[in-house]
Parts: sequence; structure tokens; C-alpha cells
Amino acid sequence: MAILVIAEHNNVSLHASTLNTVSAASRIASLTSSEIHVLVGGAACRAVAEAAARIAGVAKVKLADLPHLGDMTAESHAALIVAEVTNGTTAYSHILSPATSHGKNTLPRVAALLDVAQISEIIAVEDVDTFVRPFYAGNVLVTVKSSDVTKVITVRTTGFDAAISEGGTAVIEDTSATPDAKQPRLISRELSKSTRPELGAAKVIVSGGRGLGNGENFQSVLGPLADKLGAALGATRAAVDAGFVPNDYQVGQTGKIVAPQLYIAVGISGAFQHLAGMKDSKVIVAINKDPDAPIFQIADYGLVADLFTAVPEFTAAL
Amino acid sequence: MKIVVPVKRVIDYNVKVRVKADHSGVDVSNVKMSMNPFDEIAVEEAVRIKEAGNADEVIVVSCGVASCQETLRSALALGADRAIIVETDVELQPLAVAKLLAAICHKEKPQLVICGKQAIDDDANQTGQMLAALMGWGQATCASKITLNENVATVTREIDGGLETLEFPLPAVISADLRLNAPRYATLPNIMKAKKKPLETINPGALGVDVAPRLRTLKFSEPPKRGAGIKVADVAQLIDKLKHEAKVL
Repeated sequence: MAILVIAEHNNVSLHASTLNTVSAASRIASLTSSEIHVLVGGAACRAVAEAAARIAGVAKVKLADLPHLGDMTAESHAALIVAEVTNGTTAYSHILSPATSHGKNTLPRVAALLDVAQISEIIAVEDVDTFVRPFYAGNVLVTVKSSDVTKVITVRTTGFDAAISEGGTAVIEDTSATPDAKQPRLISRELSKSTRPELGAAKVIVSGGRGLGNGENFQSVLGPLADKLGAALGATRAAVDAGFVPNDYQVGQTGKIVAPQLYIAVGISGAFQHLAGMKDSKVIVAINKDPDAPIFQIADYGLVADLFTAVPEFTAAL
Repeated sequence: MKIVVPVKRVIDYNVKVRVKADHSGVDVSNVKMSMNPFDEIAVEEAVRIKEAGNADEVIVVSCGVASCQETLRSALALGADRAIIVETDVELQPLAVAKLLAAICHKEKPQLVICGKQAIDDDANQTGQMLAALMGWGQATCASKITLNENVATVTREIDGGLETLEFPLPAVISADLRLNAPRYATLPNIMKAKKKPLETINPGALGVDVAPRLRTLKFSEPPKRGAGIKVADVAQLIDKLKHEAKVL
């Protein structure tokens, strides 16, 4: 038996979330002595397969390089995974995907087609069939044991360290799977462009709330600090709803779940919905003028100050 | 055309959920229950499609204990036409719910299913995708905009880092994200009217679906609490602490 990890990528480069997922797979593999295989499905994506083959701990990369897989629709990729698992040469005990938009879209489809349960966003592996996952936006942790032959799992990347991306020498094998090509037509994909790191992968995040007052302040106060720290910019749902920044800045229960080395919360009161998305950060700094703001209850370092003077001072002192 | 909207009864989003002392579950005694907020958005969208003249009937479906009837009545008060409860005391997991909904879809033959992207209790984000797979239909999860033109749906989805727009033929499953719409409040006359709308009770056996759970829950626990740190006096001290104590600068 082997473990199949679904690579997250954009046909050009391998996404970092794949590394965290390989780590989760390694944890299972260490209990069962199984091999880890990575499935790369896409169009003109051999470079991605080559990157996957270099991940430490990966034994084999299965490459499905087909034009219709390039748009990453759930329909075509679920068909690919099911074809690989049911008709391929290897028997798989576990199928793991990072809990990205693509993974969350695709894996439930895979599970239903295989007639097994799907286990969402695991944060820990307790045994080959036993996993911990959050309920109620992380307010409750639940340990579940699966009785299915094939375990179909999405992995919350903040729960596992990244596997080492170099040094592995896995073989790349073209898959013989012939997935169904029936799928929706992709009309457009608009990804916001930024020179800053991506929220999910950033080591430092500077995040702002309603305390910034408006979108202009948000960029002019937090932008320079983020640039100096090489940080990503994040925001609360309140700041997004108030129109300060686009939705993809959002950190929290309804946005991104992040766990950087350093999270600097500026003008953020600390609503539960926001805390659910960042409370696993290594070090949390809060800057807020209200000494009673709930954010101070979880911050490692709190500074009670007017953000409009404290943040520029912070930026200048770095 | 018919639209089916599955709705789930969950602990109200304003309630602070507590784990029972014996770790067997969360405490639901004397706790306010409501419709899952994402399902409310799905009901609203279906009702708006009907009001725009693009659908004839909105059917709401809930699977679970008898008190899910209350959730269905709230959906009827928002403008749905009739309701179906698939009643069971068995703990239902997403695959079982998707199978029950598939059986309902075979019976009712809707052109569209609109569901919430996930329930705020188990946060699974699975049922819509599973239903689409079981029916062999297309899907668009996390929708922030839906346009229907004859038998073609154009849906904008929220994805990591931005948006994507898909076009596909109906029937299909669409799951609602937060920004799809802002649900209306039920008015008193509509709440009264909802009491007279048809509500059918079916049991899972009659649909030929095995709803036995595939996952066994061993334990519920609370995550480790993060303690408060210290307050620093000024920016200089903050930078000093980050450099020398936390070593993150």
C-alpha cells in the first residue's frame, strides 16, 4: 500500500502547501512503512513533477500531463484521482491533498465516487486511521477514526511543517489513468497581483482592522511596515466588509487560516472570527489604543498606543 | 424549473460552544439553534432567482432530527415554497446527507441545487461536492455571483488569491459563499404563511439510503488556550523584545 499526495500547483510551479501535505503523509508513512507518491495533474506541467520529485521522502511522482487538466476543475481532477486509485498499478490506503481551494473543491468529489468519507482539514495524525480536525472554527478539536478502506483527507497546512523541498530523487512516471474530460468551461481567473509574499506562505504578516479608518490609511500606514519586514498584508473581515481592502486579504474563520512566525495585529480588536484564523501564529504582536481589546488576551507583546504614531515609529526604527 | 436547497440546523453562530466534561460531544442543552448561515444565503439566492422569474418552485430539504422542522419553517418564511424533512436520529455525516439529497434529486428532478458552502458546526465543506459527484453533475463551490441564462449557469467563485468564473450546463450544484447576497429578515406575515406551507416527512429507509456513519468520533476537546503575554511600554521596548526575546526580527 502507498499514500497518494495530490500536488497543488498552477502548471508552472509547485505550491508550498504540497510540502506540508507531504509531511502529514510522512507521519502516516512512518506508522505503516508505506511509500509516498505525488500525483501531478495538469497541462504542460512537467516542471512541477520535477520539483515534486525533489521533495525529501517522496518515492514516486505520477504525472498526468493532459490539456484538459490545465484549468484545474474539480470534475476533471476528481476523475483523474479516481481513475489513478481504482485502475492504476498501486493500491493506495490514503489520499491526501492540501486544504486549498482546489483540494477542498475536489476531494469530496473523489470520496463520494469511491463511496468513502472525507476527512476535512486535519491538523494532526494520531494513528493510520485516526486524525484530529477542528470543528466550530477551531473552537473544538475532534478526534475521528475512519473505518473506510481508502482514507480521503484534506490537510490544514498550518498543522504540519513543510517537508524539505530538495534532495529527493523520486522517479517520474507517466500515469496511464484516462480521466473523464467532461467539465465546466473556465471563463476567467483573476488573481490579485502583489509583490508581497502570499498570506498562506508568509513568515511575517502585518494585519489591519477597522482601526485603520479607511483604505488609504491601510496602505499608507501598514504598507511601509510590511515592505520593511518583507511581510504579507492581512486584514480582518470588518476591514474587508468596510471596503478598505479586497477579500483575499481576509484572515479568519471566513478567510485564510495562517500561522506565521510573526503576526502583527494593528487596530484589530480581536473578534473571535479573526482569532480563529491566526491564533496559531508563533509570536503575536498587538497594537491598539483600547487597553481592553480582546486581542491583548492572546498577544505575546501588546502595545497600547495610537497606531497612527506607533506604526510609523516602528517602521522607522527597523 | 425547480431549485432544491438543503438546510442544516446548527448551534446559532453567536453561541460560544462548550465541550462536555466527559469529551463526548458539545453541550447543546438550552443552546439556541438556527439555520446554518451559509444555507440562509442559499435560500435567499434561490428565492431571488424565483422572484426574477427564472424558477417556478423552491424546495427546502433538511436531514436530521424532528426539530429540523423549525429550520425548514424559517426557510419557508424566507420564501421557499415547500419543505421535505428526512427524519432520523442517526448522526448524519456528509456522505450520508449527500446520498439522501441525491435520492431526493432523483425524485424531484430539480435543475439546480444551491447549498451553503459549509456548515458552521463541523466545517466539513463536502456535501455539495459529494452530491454533484453522485449525480454526475457539474459544481461551483464558494459562489459569490450566479447568473442563469436558459440552461446555462455562469458562476463566479471565491478561490485562494482571487476569483474565477465558470460556465456550465444545468443541472448542477452551486454552493454559496458569504458574499453571494445578504439574506432578508422574515416578516411576521410571512412567518404566519410559512406555517401553512406543505412539509413532507420521509425516512431514510424509504429512500433506500444507508446512513450509518463512516467515521467514529473518539473525543471532543478544547484547543490549548493561548495565554496573554506582556504589555510593552513603547515601540523601542517592543523592538527590543522581538529582537532579543522572541528572536523574530
